[in-house]
Amino acid sequence: MERHRMLKESQIMKIHYITGIAAIFVVAVHILMRLIVPFGSSLEYDYIISNYKNIFYVFILESILVLISIHGFNGIRIILLELRQNKAWENMITIMTISATVALIAYGTRTIILANGL
Amino acid sequence: MINSNENNKDEKKIVLKIFRENTAQKTDSHYDTFNVPYKKWTTVLDALLYVKSYMDPSVAIRYSCRMASCGSCGMKINGIPRLACYTKISELETSTIECEPLPNLPVIRDLVTDFSRFFNHHKNIQPYIQSKDGVDDPDTEKKTFSFYQSPDDVDKYLQFSYCIKCGLCYSACPTVGTDLKFPGPQALAQLYRYYADTRDEAKNRLDIVDDRHGIWRCHFAGSCSKVCPKGVDPALGIQLLRSYMLGISKNDKKLAEKIEIQTDEESI
Repeated sequence: MERHRMLKESQIMKIHYITGIAAIFVVAVHILMRLIVPFGSSLEYDYIISNYKNIFYVFILESILVLISIHGFNGIRIILLELRQNKAWENMITIMTISATVALIAYGTRTIILANGL
Repeated sequence: MINSNENNKDEKKIVLKIFRENTAQKTDSHYDTFNVPYKKWTTVLDALLYVKSYMDPSVAIRYSCRMASCGSCGMKINGIPRLACYTKISELETSTIECEPLPNLPVIRDLVTDFSRFFNHHKNIQPYIQSKDGVDDPDTEKKTFSFYQSPDDVDKYLQFSYCIKCGLCYSACPTVGTDLKFPGPQALAQLYRYYADTRDEAKNRLDIVDDRHGIWRCHFAGSCSKVCPKGVDPALGIQLLRSYMLGISKNDKKLAEKIEIQTDEESI
């Protein structure tokens, strides 16, 4: 039993399940937003930039970014934990996945901010 | 004489392929094949004992009760973990039976595996009722009590108490195959068994398995429940434990009412 960690595994898994379920809803909205215009038009430059100007859609995109990053990288952590059973490996995997999550969210948020022109 | 002829008429033969390995002598693993006579009611354990008695006494097997109570004769029979004493040859409906040691456990010799790791996981979950007043310990000065439980209280854990620790679920678990620190379905189901018991007052039972290689690594393959010879559903126990840990189910366990038992000396 390891008591020194910030979060218990059950708390991490709660976050994992909540982000997974929440991601289903925001990705559904994201797909529906693509379907309200012809698919070809939805991929045109001007349409995409106009989406970034829509503050509601920006909120959806940021939510997708955060939820999928946390859920996805925690999933990768869980898979990789099974490969080897030693402290060094476990700590390395945890640090790497947290770093990757933070980096991806930071880079994605930067893109959203730049495209929005804030 | 007539009966003897009839018995011979019923007798068929099966090809028994037995996995052979001696880790102490570091011999290469191989399969030995034997033609064994069997009848409608012959079990795989009977066939293995026939081989040991009349064909090759060096075959190593572990067994005891011959009636699916002790859990000693677990082995992989035709690719599935089963109890040899509980598996009839006629029910397998094959002409060849392959007997191998249980997977996910180190082989000692032939069909005998080392259960140390399995029992350590079982021990780690503290598989006993913890009560501050003691349960029934005449060696200490603590008073002894009887606990009153309703049939509903018993139903919550009863099926899990049928576990005979045969290790079949542990050997069938795909997570154990990759993660040796994972407690396995048997230990987790037993944790639920004591957690659900109204006589148990342990506070931090769930913390034992709430770590990186604990209960959350179960993939819910369900193979543990499929192979259990006693009808226990370890996968259910794991999911119930998870629901308590996630807060989906509230633990509204009311501790069993205790009545002090008078000892013989006191009553005199």
